[in-house]
Amino acid sequence: MATASPTTAPDALDSAPEPAASLPDLTLIQRLVLNLRAARARAYVRVVATGRELSWLAFEVALPILSAAAYVYIYEALGAPPRYTGFVLLGSAMTAYWMNVLWSMASQFYWEKQSGLLETYFLAPASRVALLLGMAGGGIFMSTSRAASTLIAGSFLFGVQYEVVSWPLAILAFVLTLAALYCLGMLFSSVFLMYGREAWHMANALQEPVYLLSGFYFPVRALGFWTAMGASLIPLTLGLDAMRQLMFGAPDAALLPVGWELLGLALLTVVYFLLALRSLAAMEHLAKREGRLTLKWQ
Amino acid sequence: MSAPLSVDVQNVSRQFVTKKGQTFWALRDASLQVQEGELFGLLGPNGAGKTTLIKILSTLLLPTSGQARVAGFDVVREADKVRRVINMVSGGEHSGYGILTVRESLWLFSQFHGLPSKAALARIDELLEVVGLAQHAHTRINKLSTGMRQKMNFVRGFLNDPRVLFLDEPTLGLDVETSRILRSYVKRWVKEKPGRTILLTTHYMAEADELCDRLAIIEGGRILACDTPANLKRTMQDEVVLRMEVYPSLAEPQRLAQLPGVLRLVPDRGQNGHQVLTWGLADDGVIGTVIQALQQDGVRILRLEKADPTLEDVFMRMVGRRLTDGNGQSNHSA
Repeated sequence: MATASPTTAPDALDSAPEPAASLPDLTLIQRLVLNLRAARARAYVRVVATGRELSWLAFEVALPILSAAAYVYIYEALGAPPRYTGFVLLGSAMTAYWMNVLWSMASQFYWEKQSGLLETYFLAPASRVALLLGMAGGGIFMSTSRAASTLIAGSFLFGVQYEVVSWPLAILAFVLTLAALYCLGMLFSSVFLMYGREAWHMANALQEPVYLLSGFYFPVRALGFWTAMGASLIPLTLGLDAMRQLMFGAPDAALLPVGWELLGLALLTVVYFLLALRSLAAMEHLAKREGRLTLKWQ
Repeated sequence: MSAPLSVDVQNVSRQFVTKKGQTFWALRDASLQVQEGELFGLLGPNGAGKTTLIKILSTLLLPTSGQARVAGFDVVREADKVRRVINMVSGGEHSGYGILTVRESLWLFSQFHGLPSKAALARIDELLEVVGLAQHAHTRINKLSTGMRQKMNFVRGFLNDPRVLFLDEPTLGLDVETSRILRSYVKRWVKEKPGRTILLTTHYMAEADELCDRLAIIEGGRILACDTPANLKRTMQDEVVLRMEVYPSLAEPQRLAQLPGVLRLVPDRGQNGHQVLTWGLADDGVIGTVIQALQQDGVRILRLEKADPTLEDVFMRMVGRRLTDGNGQSNHSA
């Protein structure tokens, strides 16, 4: 085996190498513009997908209505108040967001890694948080089109009667629910990035139990106060309960007063967002240390 | 004053731990320096450590020890700055989201680098024209052929006009014509854009020879040599390289490799069941001995040439085996 030849550039030994041109730090505005562009672009993929692949109409509108129908007929057979039909339909519509968070937020970095795109993200200067926010924005658009379709079609089919207490508060409850939920999705995504396949199984395992724990098809209070409070770590629990109170006027079946539920959602948003930031940085460092950002064949 | 360094690698090592808890070194004490404006090649077989080094330099992987700087910035401590001046294209990588068109997908990636949309789209159109993909700008990615996808990936690497571009096996699996187009653009880009640097990894000898100002030969995680292709080949001047096509194949090539004056014998499969033998000989006088030995073994020489040394010969001399051994096929046409 031959000995190694010098590996320095031709003139590098003759004189001290001059560092490459310096690069000024990005100003706050420049950083903001960079990350907004990245977030918008990442959201664009999902917005475009909504219009180009219309097969979701069959699977993600028709199927939730079918599963809602089963509960609607049970409640009707038992003589439950008519607002229970609205409870079920609202829960059914919100499944679109839970599915989206689980499979298209939390698992997304894992999918990107499998397909070899993750390294393209990680060698770009845009922040990973911006990419996740873009995913969330696009995911919310995508899921809202599904949820709204379910809600409209279901309201028409089942003759749902709304008793809206306050539109602004109902919208606030919806927005806070999504904010907390997608921050939880961002937190999950870093865990999934690190633990890949195991986390994928975790998502699979989480999907159905959350329907139960968050009371997608019934008022969550039925689980018992403390169980429902524990389940409130999942933002959909408080969100659904608040929205039901605000859209169907049913405080008797409520878990907590709306004000407390909105405060809880705001708190969850902040906590999950901060945890997501920390976790993302920690997981990225760990993934780079252990060589998990790309697959072996890549 | 020398030109600024674009890449400065100092004693970089990288260790991996397998799932069974075994450790292995993908890179060991690698040191090299690449000047601004150079087209520098890393040449080695699969698993030699090329991609590991590229991933460290592109901030995707932390080194176990040592230091590396890209465009003057430390790849660990100043990763944010490094990312603003680099880009990377990997051969055979996934191209993006199938539902997007080529133009949309490239725009998407340009946004991750913060390019204004108008400027990005203008650059995309220009680059698609260069690589001959303009007529497919509005085709969805899931409808593209492998070659077209790779051209698109290639364009993505140039979108942010990086100071340092990492090309990791960019022509892997591509047809001759597409490889030619991409290589030609790479050469032009480095020449026409002052201050730009390319670090290319490849296990295609012809590609490295054609493109690189300098190259490092890497094997087993170690850099064995680093020089211009011409200088590397010049190290072979003290030996005679003889290539021959024979039939039937040599039964015991190792025995003939022991002949006095034979420095190296590498058998390879040729066409039509023939065998190709590449000999490294101490001097011309050994040729007769070799021919006589083959005749004694009943092996017929169908073709014989005294060849100019290639990078493949340099590699064989340093490592003791062909670059493509264990890699599948070599890409002589690339």
